Amino acid sequence: MVGQPEIADLYGTTTLRPSVAKARGAIEFAAVTKRFPGGAIAVDALDLRIRAGSYVCLLGPSGCGKTTTLRLLAGHENPTSGDILLDDHPIVGLPPARRGTAMMFQSYALFPHLSVLDNVAFSLRMRGVGKSERHAKAAEALRLVELDSFAARLPAQLSGGQQQRVALARALVTNPATLLLDEPLSALDPFLRGRVRAELKRFQRELQISFVHVTHSQDEALALADLVVLMRAGRIEQQGTPEELFDRPRTAFVARFMGGHNVFALADGGQIAVRSDRTQIGAAGLPATVVGVEYTGTGFAVALAGTAGEEYSVALTEAALHARPVEPGQSVSLAWDQADIRPLADAAGPS
Amino acid sequence: MSSSLPDPVRSAEGTAAAPPSHRSREADGPAAALAMEGPAVSPAPVIAAAAPPARRSWAPLLQATPLGLVLLFFFVFPLLATGVVSLWNYTEYSLVPDVTGRNYVEMFEGCGDLSNGLCTTFRTYISTLRLCGMVWAITLLLGFTVAYFLCFHVRSDSVRMGLFLLCTAPFLTSNVIRMISWIPLLGREGAVNQFLVGAGLADAPQDWLLFSPFSVVLAFVHLYTLFVVVPVFNSMMRIDHRLLEAARDAGASGWQTLWHVVVPLAKPGIVIGSIFVIVLVMGDFVTIGVMGGQQIASVGKIIQVQMSYLQFPAAAAQAVVLLALVLIIIAIMTKLVDIRREL
Repeated sequence: MVGQPEIADLYGTTTLRPSVAKARGAIEFAAVTKRFPGGAIAVDALDLRIRAGSYVCLLGPSGCGKTTTLRLLAGHENPTSGDILLDDHPIVGLPPARRGTAMMFQSYALFPHLSVLDNVAFSLRMRGVGKSERHAKAAEALRLVELDSFAARLPAQLSGGQQQRVALARALVTNPATLLLDEPLSALDPFLRGRVRAELKRFQRELQISFVHVTHSQDEALALADLVVLMRAGRIEQQGTPEELFDRPRTAFVARFMGGHNVFALADGGQIAVRSDRTQIGAAGLPATVVGVEYTGTGFAVALAGTAGEEYSVALTEAALHARPVEPGQSVSLAWDQADIRPLADAAGPS
Repeated sequence: MSSSLPDPVRSAEGTAAAPPSHRSREADGPAAALAMEGPAVSPAPVIAAAAPPARRSWAPLLQATPLGLVLLFFFVFPLLATGVVSLWNYTEYSLVPDVTGRNYVEMFEGCGDLSNGLCTTFRTYISTLRLCGMVWAITLLLGFTVAYFLCFHVRSDSVRMGLFLLCTAPFLTSNVIRMISWIPLLGREGAVNQFLVGAGLADAPQDWLLFSPFSVVLAFVHLYTLFVVVPVFNSMMRIDHRLLEAARDAGASGWQTLWHVVVPLAKPGIVIGSIFVIVLVMGDFVTIGVMGGQQIASVGKIIQVQMSYLQFPAAAAQAVVLLALVLIIIAIMTKLVDIRREL
């Protein structure tokens, strides 16, 4: 895009200090609809604003339209109607490489026949950058992800975590205003996932560009995002900070998807959510039967069944459980404080 | 051919173990400090991989025996016999077991003297190679295009399978019938000539359509394009479609994606298809004979004529030279591309 600094400026140091202080990657979706030829609507009149330099997680179950939204932004799909702006420039219709976006694909899509260095230099080569220049820039990007000593390897000779970082270097080498990540952590084992997650966040903060990260894991979204966008059936069910989404779900779908909540049906037909760590096992209240008790390390998770078979869960501290032990099969009552009630909109259905 | 290739399993193991292995996931997390210790950590898995299996099983060897015997008796022995006979002597009416270079010397007789132009043997080899080159180029272009279409343009699997089977339709009849069928189409009074003259596109029936290099190449292309389509298609189907998207995301045009991503990844299939075509065309005498009206010289034709005059040692020598030439071509191609990846 016009007026962006040369990549060499950006990667002048390995500590990733961008030469421009201004954050980039403000994104706006205006009434974007994507209808596939078969008639299925993947994205339905989506309105979304993303601030420059923020980390956004598009969250939702499979088929909710989150990946299509990402692909619309990347330019791998064209919207049926609506407009998409990146840093105030309309990008609908532009080829992916001219948008100022870069995509990191699920399972990375590294070119298996090219060395790590050539993988990273690929986009520069496509733009006609000379060999020595593109190799220097690619080496710089590899240094950024601390893989410069692996430049001559083929992708198959790297571990999953290393491949992930090559993909990151390949995406960043063109100095995009926004990085689009499609399930970037799903191919990693849980141990690596946490560390790579922290790394992604660090890169995003230091580069001051926006990251749009598609995931179906609410843990990932809660840990990473400045803005969580929970989608359902092509629409945004709820968006906000991780805390807002987790602590103040507006629908039963959100409460169930984010987890850690009990959804109770009220006598008047309405529904409320109460966090499982705020739900109390007491002497009086909603009758339920203990189904199981699991030790979670930080406490206990008590699984319960309501009178009509509804599933509930109560998180207890070790002290609380030892003070008032429960056994599977035991009949108990569930109660909660008035302050912990989150009324749910009736748009909610079973998830 | 297959017996001359190195054991794919063994060599695959070899290449896997060759680079210092950084494969253990724990060793290379995002913290590069850990990852760079790679070489120090690696010996353990390498040793583990190289250790022989605890219990040696004879079952795989037994399973390979029937095919091994068939190849031994019907491929290796005849080949050795050809080599031996090529050193024999012969008269008008008998074969004389001997060790003589006569057949090879006679084959290249006069080839050192270029004042009268190239000798017959060289000219025949060159014309065969030229024919082979043309057929190879055309089948490769067509086969690659068809495979590309089937692989990347056809979305539904059932349509793809249907079209693929359609490609094999010519093979429902025999080779000879397929060749003879060209005659009513391309002959002097054939459909094409009738159309050309009738439409005023030509004053007289065209003779170059049949019994000409054109018809030979046409018949070969018709016969052998499928032998390129199949291995190239097989290679292409293994290409992750996300790679094409990744290339597009990196700003590659359609042609750039084709050249920098699809062609390199389809190379094993391209080489295998090329080997099929080159081996088949270089040794052919039937198609060249029928479609060339017995007028076009080829190495296969020379061998056939020598056989018909019972000059078996001369024919054997010719066959050995042809085999050597084809093996050299294949060796060069496999040098360029590691086809073991495909096997």
